[in-house]
Amino acid sequence: MSALSRLTGTEARLFLREPVGAFFALAFPAVLVVVLGNAIPAFSEPSADFDGERPINLYLPVVLALAIGTVTMTSLLGVLAQYRERGVLRRLATTPVKPSALIGAQLGVNVAALLVGSALMMIAAAVAFGSRGPESWPALLVAFVLGAAAMTGVALLIAAVAPNARASAGIGTLVYFPMLFFAGVWTPGPMMPDAAQRIADFTPLGAASQAMQAAWSGDWPQPLHLAVTAGYALVTCALASRLFRWQ
Amino acid sequence: MAVIEVSGLTKRYGDRTVVNGVSFTVAEGEIFGILGENGAGKTTTVECIAGLRSPDGGAISVLGLDARRDHERLRGLVGVQLQESQLQDRLRVGEALQLYASFYPDPADWRELLASVGLTEQVNTPYAKLSGGQKQRLSIALALIGNPRVAILDELTTGLDPRARREIWKLIRAIRDRGVTVLLVTHFMDEAERLCDRLAVLVDGGLAALDTPAGLIAGVGDVDGYRANLEDAFLALTAPSHDS
Repeated sequence: MSALSRLTGTEARLFLREPVGAFFALAFPAVLVVVLGNAIPAFSEPSADFDGERPINLYLPVVLALAIGTVTMTSLLGVLAQYRERGVLRRLATTPVKPSALIGAQLGVNVAALLVGSALMMIAAAVAFGSRGPESWPALLVAFVLGAAAMTGVALLIAAVAPNARASAGIGTLVYFPMLFFAGVWTPGPMMPDAAQRIADFTPLGAASQAMQAAWSGDWPQPLHLAVTAGYALVTCALASRLFRWQ
Repeated sequence: MAVIEVSGLTKRYGDRTVVNGVSFTVAEGEIFGILGENGAGKTTTVECIAGLRSPDGGAISVLGLDARRDHERLRGLVGVQLQESQLQDRLRVGEALQLYASFYPDPADWRELLASVGLTEQVNTPYAKLSGGQKQRLSIALALIGNPRVAILDELTTGLDPRARREIWKLIRAIRDRGVTVLLVTHFMDEAERLCDRLAVLVDGGLAALDTPAGLIAGVGDVDGYRANLEDAFLALTAPSHDS
């Protein structure tokens, strides 16, 4: 077996051996949708409280944004900071496999976890509440990929500049909760105050969430939101690759 | 034949010079030890030889290749055990060895290596559940898994009990007998005396002495009416008055 596939397979097993992390990445989005659906009356019916929208169509893109935020800000960020602090990357630098291969393997594992968690969430929404999914799949995929890339870049940048694993986890938490707010976890869609929405337009997860909401109702996302997510992805990845310390 | 040639190695961190003009060569099949007090520059020296740090001055060749420029090629030929480098908590011993074996073109048999460091029973034990000595032995096994021609071992037996240390000495002699050149950093005088063919003693980043253990001891003469041992020789070399 090649070094890269064995490395990725090993990292995937290690991921599944952390029960809390695996639960939040894989199962939590689906669980959250089921809980919300049972808590909100007429989840699948047009509601006056949501400008006549069906609540489910507003919540599902928000839960997708939450899934992106959780995997990048807790799972990926936690592992990267720990691997540097514990010298795992440094040890790898003495073998023919570069430490960047381990980061690649971790990215692959986390992307896979995000996709599985998101797919389980969509299936749960379809089975429990008859969700038909987004009106525009291509638009959703574009918004989802850009949003995930932007937040991955933010995680890599935090891992690059944080002096140690504790600081990295602290910064991650400071970024995570405001991001969830701007993504609309507490105030989905039209419930978000205008001023907050103006700020959300320029945050990576807020822009991704709004782009995915547009895709859900069949519109193409606003160019602003696509530009913001793409911009974050490019800038953070470029900075992270320049600033990352391997030891 | 010289496998490692260090000439005029200098390394600075900021305006602090931690290694200052150190030169020595290590012959093929030799067990070569680096001794020194904390902060004498031992680890920095071996990290430069391992290609993990760029020297600020001097040249290092390993197996005829430049330690830094040819780092890519040397990584397959040199096995390195680093101080304070841990593995993932939930990674199991057997998985770690199989994973690292997959990095090399011609790896050692991982089960044999596991037996030779006495960890066969721990094959399914996660890293976090190993004792300090077991972690150390796994770390040495990982340095040897690629069948290296040169093994660089930093703080070889720190944290091991006397019996385990002797097991590791046996292992190091066995790999040397297969033609592997061993460069090790140690704090233990008995280890340096019993295991090493030659020793470099570093004091404040400079090379204070380079000799066989017997040669270093002979240079001291009697101490307080007793025949000197390696510790006496080491203390004489590293005494503060030595600076003047």
